[in-house]
Parts: sequence; structure tokens; C-alpha cells
Amino acid sequence: MRIRYYAVILRNVVVIILELLTQATWSPYVAGAGIGVLVCLAFLLSNRPIGCSSGFVKASGLIEKTIHPSHIERKEYYREIVPEVDWAFMIIPGIVIGAFISSMLSGQFQFILVPSTWSATFGNTPVLRVIIAILGGAFLGFGARWAGGCTSGHGISGSIQLSLASMITAACFFAGGIATAMFLFYVIGSP
Amino acid sequence: MGALFSSLHKDKGLQIVLGLLFGIVFGFLLQKGGVTSYNVIIAQLLLTDFTVMKVMLSAVIVGMIGLALLKHFGYVQPHPASGTIGSNVIGGLIFGLGFALLGYCPGTVAGAVGTGALDALIGGVVGILVGTAIFAELYPTIKDRLLTKGPLPAVTVQELLRLNTWLTIIIVEAAMIGFLLLLEYAGY
Repeated sequence: MRIRYYAVILRNVVVIILELLTQATWSPYVAGAGIGVLVCLAFLLSNRPIGCSSGFVKASGLIEKTIHPSHIERKEYYREIVPEVDWAFMIIPGIVIGAFISSMLSGQFQFILVPSTWSATFGNTPVLRVIIAILGGAFLGFGARWAGGCTSGHGISGSIQLSLASMITAACFFAGGIATAMFLFYVIGSP
Repeated sequence: MGALFSSLHKDKGLQIVLGLLFGIVFGFLLQKGGVTSYNVIIAQLLLTDFTVMKVMLSAVIVGMIGLALLKHFGYVQPHPASGTIGSNVIGGLIFGLGFALLGYCPGTVAGAVGTGALDALIGGVVGILVGTAIFAELYPTIKDRLLTKGPLPAVTVQELLRLNTWLTIIIVEAAMIGFLLLLEYAGY
């Protein structure tokens, strides 16, 4: 009797977990709270904040290293952020895998080249979208390194530490982003 | 306990695995939160949808208390870095320009790649690598001239306000929770 009772509870728990994992989206508050716990665990287990832009420095340095090995040693920046496969590098493929698993479980995985908000204003031409994405990516990577972190490093992990620099940086991310998006969609993109 | 964690921190091989695992959970949560989508991020920057801010603020609300408790009981010693106007404000605004043009940030661009967004892969990732390489090239030139200009008056918020850490946390938490309640009340 007792075993059967536990089996029913276990079955229900599994059903609930499967339902959660296959949901298209969670409440942003739940997903956000999970990220907050994750940042605390990163401090505890890895003694570091969760940040993404330094992973791109390492990737970019590793690419440069295979092309011009001698260049890397001469560059001051790569002496400060050493191009190697470590925690900061591995978080990037990790995020790709995690988002892939999540989107596959909910049946949301889909190859898209031109997002719908973009095409509604700027049309379906993939070339235009890709050119602007490369340009945007370049400003993003350049600005992240200039500011010493990105939305996760400054915006979340830095703010969690009550860092004044991080909170000011996050405010500037959004100030610059909101101004540019409004100009892009409401001035350039207006019919 | 402390010795266990510090030997964990020094284990390079294990940290590589942990980096991957943290990334997987982070990517999973970003996708479930909806913020790996271009449409969601642009709607946030156009102020028509506040999902990005809801995710970020709830992460900060939970993480700020969690980290303060871990610090209080001596498990972690975080050292937030000091900042400057030259680095944080200018860099932040350049980042914002790229944020709106690309429609992803460095973390969510990786998440978007995982959901099949090809503009994130052949546009975003390539662009970020190029921008990072340009920065590494210019770093020696701008370092002393721009990045160190205009030091901020304090490292932490409690230092700026000259308040006790826990009191500062209560004030900042209340402000963030108040903002989220206001958003819900306004129907966002």
C-alpha cells in the first residue's frame, strides 16, 4: 500500500517537472529568480560573477592566435584577458546548448534569418538584416569591452554586488539602446 | 568548508566543466524567460514590453539577498570593481547602440543561436568577435587616455550613500520591487 502511495506521488512530481520543462515560456519572474540563484552559485562554486563578453575576448584571441601566433603575445589586452579555454570561455557554448535544449523541449526551435519585428519595418531582405546585425554586434562587443562587461556581467552580477559602476553601466546600456531602437524603428523605419 | 570551496576554485579542469554547466542552465533560463528572442528584446527597447527588465530585476532582487547572506556567513568574498565615467558611461552607451542594432546582447545572442536564430550566428557572433578584436587592437591607445578618466565617487552603492550594507539592500530591493509592482499595475 505504502509503496503504491509513494509511486503515485513520484509519478505526479515527474509529470509536473516534464510539464514545466516543455512549457514555451516561464513567468519572467521565475526565470529571473532562477538566474539570481545561479549567480550566487557561481560566486560560491567558481568565485566569479556570471558574465559573457569576456568569453568572446577569449574566442577572438584564440582565433587570432591560430592566424598570427606572435601577434597575441604583443597585445597588452590579451595579457590581461588570456585567450584560453576556461570557465569564461565555456559559458558561451553552454548557453547555446541550454537554449537549444529548452527550445527543443517546448517545440520552439526554428531556423530564422529575419526576425518578424525587423521584417515588419525593414522588409524580408536577409542581406540588410545580416549587415546591420554584424554592425550591431561589432558595437556591442566593442562597447562591452570598453565598459568592462555586458548585460549579465554588469547588469545582473554587478548589480547583485551593489556595484555603483555596474548599475551606471546598465543604465547606459538601456539609455543607448532605447534611444537607438526608437530612432531606428520610429524615425528611419517610419513609413 | 572554506578550504573545500577554495580548492574547488583552483581546480582548472573542474572549473571548465562548471563553466559549461553554468552556461547550460543560464541558457535554459534565458530561453524560458523569453529573452533569447529578437522581438522581445526590441520590444523592451521600444518600451512596449518589459520582459527583459522583469527577468533582470528579479535576478537582481533574488541574487542580491542570496549573495549578501553568503557573504555574511563567510562563504564568499566578492570584490566589486571601481569604475569611471570614461569606461562605464561611454562604453555603456556604445554597447546600447549595438544592443539596439543587433537586438541581442552577448549572452542572449548565444541563447538565440541555440534556438535557431541565424541572424544571431552569422551576424551577431561574427560582429561581436570583430568588435572585440578591434578593442584589443585599440586598448593600449585608449586605456590611459579614456578608460581611466572621471573616476566614480564610490565603489558600491552603500559607500556612496554612506549607509549600512543591509539598510542599503533593503532600500534598493524596495525600489526594484516597487518598480515591478508599478509595471504590473500599469498593465505591462
